[in-house]
Amino acid sequence: MSSLTSRPPRREPRSILPWLAVPALVLFVGFAVLPLIGAFALSFTTWDGIGAIHPSGLTSWREVLTDPGLPHALWVTFLVMAVSWAVQTPLSILLGTFMAGRQRYRAVLGVVYFVPLMLSSAAIAIAYKALLDPNFGLGAGLKIDALSKDWLGRPGLAFGVVVFVVSWQFVPFHSLIYQGGVQQIPKSLYEAAQLDGAGRIRQFFSITLPQLKYTIITSSTLMVVGSLTFFDLIFVLTEGGPGDATRVLALDMYKRGFQASLMGPASAIAVILVLVGLALALLLRRLGGRDAGASQLEGA
Amino acid sequence: MALSRRTLLGLAAAVPASAALAACGSSGPGKSNGGASYWYLNGQPQEGVRAGAVDAYNKAHPKAQIEDTTFENDAYKTKIKTAIGAGKAPTIIWGWGGGTLRTYAEAGQVEDLTSWFDEHADVKKGLFPSSFGAATVDGKIYAMPVEVVQPIILYYNKKVFDKVGVKPPESWDDIMALVPKFNAKGIAPFALGGQSRWTNMMWLEFLFDRIGGPEVFQAVIEGEKNAWSNPAAIDALTKVQELVKADGFIKGFSSITADSNSDQALLYTDRAAMMLHGAWSYGIQQAEGEDFVSSGSLGFMTFPPVEGGKGDPSNTVGNPAQYLSISSKASAEQKKIAKDFFATGTLQDDEVKKWIANGSVPIRLGIEKLLADAKGADFLQFTYDVASKAKVFGQSWDQALSPTAAETLLDNIVKLFQMSVSPKQFASNLNAVIGK
Repeated sequence: MSSLTSRPPRREPRSILPWLAVPALVLFVGFAVLPLIGAFALSFTTWDGIGAIHPSGLTSWREVLTDPGLPHALWVTFLVMAVSWAVQTPLSILLGTFMAGRQRYRAVLGVVYFVPLMLSSAAIAIAYKALLDPNFGLGAGLKIDALSKDWLGRPGLAFGVVVFVVSWQFVPFHSLIYQGGVQQIPKSLYEAAQLDGAGRIRQFFSITLPQLKYTIITSSTLMVVGSLTFFDLIFVLTEGGPGDATRVLALDMYKRGFQASLMGPASAIAVILVLVGLALALLLRRLGGRDAGASQLEGA
Repeated sequence: MALSRRTLLGLAAAVPASAALAACGSSGPGKSNGGASYWYLNGQPQEGVRAGAVDAYNKAHPKAQIEDTTFENDAYKTKIKTAIGAGKAPTIIWGWGGGTLRTYAEAGQVEDLTSWFDEHADVKKGLFPSSFGAATVDGKIYAMPVEVVQPIILYYNKKVFDKVGVKPPESWDDIMALVPKFNAKGIAPFALGGQSRWTNMMWLEFLFDRIGGPEVFQAVIEGEKNAWSNPAAIDALTKVQELVKADGFIKGFSSITADSNSDQALLYTDRAAMMLHGAWSYGIQQAEGEDFVSSGSLGFMTFPPVEGGKGDPSNTVGNPAQYLSISSKASAEQKKIAKDFFATGTLQDDEVKKWIANGSVPIRLGIEKLLADAKGADFLQFTYDVASKAKVFGQSWDQALSPTAAETLLDNIVKLFQMSVSPKQFASNLNAVIGK
């Protein structure tokens, strides 16, 4: 027995290591994989959410795939994704680069920019809804005509508002990612560029931006895949309206499942959401190239 | 590890939405401490009356407690369905009866109260007979009618009418003639909380009835093929779009929710001249509109007839009552408390007085004297007459239909008001869900 105690303790942490992942794995299986399998199974049934579940083969899939609501919801989801990416990325890069500077005032501003991220989506949506109310909102209260538009009542405007509010909420988060990315770029690169006579703008485009390549991919993946699941903010702000102008896929799923009591078709949409999310995540990884894991720092 | 990191990343990002679908509705009080649970709507002044009835019952029955939880109107409609489906329903389920109650009853989720009402004939005899229609599914009673009768009423702001120098409309043509007059003075002809969707639906309910009579919608309920393509229906849908085109509704109506009460605020702040809304609106305007109601500025009338229409102008729609059902999943003890609450805790004298003070007409028989003596007696008398003299008191469409058909209806109503579907498209979209 004494031989056991004399065994070098060095190996122990390694054999424990995989077990440390167990709690996370249990949660992941319990709250992600199992519901996913459940949703997949439900998509082959007819269920109103209250009574018995009847297997019905491909009925739900046929219903969802032939419904013009699906391509529309996919299109809106894609638009929200693309436009909010196009708005957020340049803003976040610029803000991140700015905040990466060492001056004290930049750190203070950085904290201020961070505020929207600390609010819940529902609170943000309610606040914006009140501010943008055409009759009792900011524009009407201050008698500013330019502001008292029917922001959430016209399809184009409502879409713009959704993108704006989403960006307002998430730009701080992505700025933070870029700030970290910029701070990791070795000083020596800038010093060399300065010696070669490159100005600030030239430095930004020739050093900062290329060096941020993988940060951009990380941030974009989060933005794109995250935008598939925008739900709370849009639900509170417009409820997918006016009409179906801002009805993204996640909202379409909710409305079918919980408002129209069609759990089968709603589950089919849930499965489509997962597939689209996986496809996008894979695509973005591909864009990153095969050497995604390689260092971009000195000597790379 | 067969799963690569990127697969996990994708899963982790995309799964919560589907997880939400499968895992929703598992919260809620459920069957906690042996007492009965009871969910109902919040929002004053109604919430206070409901809570008061529960408090009074709990005080009188220290051993049989009812635990109440409140929800916002539009959120409750989803929440309660999910909770029932997940087997986590409260003992006492508050609702509107009709099509939703039918889905509960057909799934065996609510108690059949027919025999209980036979045993307690006095309870049944004390209530408006008309209130039992929406509580009955295939000849069996599945809910206890409670609270108040709520027809839809056309409210108007007398101050604004005086300012513009016009009279309340007596026909649809009058309405269309009033629209430009109010718009010229910068006052919206009608307030509307269009994002809530059922608010727009009230317009169709009346226009269908006034033009084609109650048979038009009855045909939909009875599952008649292409019932929505009835010429009277197309005419009603066209008329609503004409009103929208003429700027009959407040600017930005599609982003106003009824739960926020801003549609009511538009009326009592003189920014809108008229509003079609439920009888409960009176209490809200009385509570929130400062002296708007007490100074006599709030006018009310029934929806006017449409020229050449077939419907009887006394017909009305709305909520014949509110309904309490008992979850079949509740324990015997909980069911006993619930039934006892129905018999001895609902519409007691104190609650009746509170409803009347809020400008509502309780569904208890023999309250004429109380109504006549109350503050706001003219409105109470008006509501009582509308409810009791209506040739047909139709139930709100979204409650009368199944949830699936109701969702398609509400969705298309918004599109109709947005002018993004024509009356014909509207009819064909809805014909597709008849009987579903």
